[in-house]
Amino acid sequence: MTETNNTPKRAAVPIWVQIVIWISLVGLLALVGFGLQRARNPMAELDQAVPDFDLVFYEGYEYNGKAAMKLSDLKGKVVVINIWASWCKPCEQEAPDLEQAWQLYKDSDDVVLIGVDYVDTPAGANEYLTKFNISFPNAPDLKSNISSILNRQMGVPETYLIDREGILRQVKIGPFASVAEIEAFVNLAR
Amino acid sequence: MKKILLICTFAFILAVAFAGTAFAQDNTPPTDNEVNAIAKQLYCPVCESTPLDVCPTEACKDWREQIRTMLSEGKTEDEILQHFVDQYGDRVLSAPPATGFNWVIYILPPMIILIGAVILFRSLKEWTTPKESAAGSSAESEADPVSVSKDEYVSRFEEELKKRK
Repeated sequence: MTETNNTPKRAAVPIWVQIVIWISLVGLLALVGFGLQRARNPMAELDQAVPDFDLVFYEGYEYNGKAAMKLSDLKGKVVVINIWASWCKPCEQEAPDLEQAWQLYKDSDDVVLIGVDYVDTPAGANEYLTKFNISFPNAPDLKSNISSILNRQMGVPETYLIDREGILRQVKIGPFASVAEIEAFVNLAR
Repeated sequence: MKKILLICTFAFILAVAFAGTAFAQDNTPPTDNEVNAIAKQLYCPVCESTPLDVCPTEACKDWREQIRTMLSEGKTEDEILQHFVDQYGDRVLSAPPATGFNWVIYILPPMIILIGAVILFRSLKEWTTPKESAAGSSAESEADPVSVSKDEYVSRFEEELKKRK
């Protein structure tokens, strides 16, 4: 018992130093939280309205005479957004079917099919679009903004179905196997 | 006359030499080292955590080729890096720009090191202080009953050991 009295006492940290340390720590955590919150895009959820985003189409592509538009400009139409990349082999499987489906819808003015090119080189994208004679409007996913808002699940290809009110109705992960499958997918929002 | 001819010849040689240099600069394609010097400042946007200069995928080859094309078009390193940021976001940069929230990345590690150094300094001071006080207070220990009783015990123990020998 008496030996414990002999152990040297720890020098106490001044109270103001403790306060400064705790304030700095809390401030730092708040800053990190605030930064993460700001860095995060709003994300689309099934059966919820899709947050708006910009579409700047590749050269030579347009929709209703517009080379750039917002998703909200397409309210009142069924919007199908297909995310692809030229380096993605499964995307090549569905590319001809998507183009064929577009030929069915392009004059209806009710369904819009939009391609969004995810993390790609301009040369690769151009080669891909030419190879598959893609005529539906296509836009690059600059800074991965669109795929981030659409809450991309797995990789590419992924296709998002947005109804006339701008609500996300369905997500297809992976390539479509046929034009009939694309039609069935679109009909879920018609 | 001879002197003029000599000057003209020298001027001609200089002109040809500089013209040759300019020609070489304009037409020599960028080397792999020049491309990789920029590529290593970037990360593959698809396969994350892989520097672009060592990434083996086809997509990365295309991006390195894009850097080569941009270099041959006369684009500067900063312009090429900015192009990649505009296309794929800040996440492609190996060193995030020191702007906005990114400052935390640059401030936090030195702050932690500084705090660690202060703690280490204080701890070292504490560890060394008892030794000094123990040495300095040997005289005081004579008066201390606990120390005295300890000494007595030790001396008795030593005596007992001597007896047994």
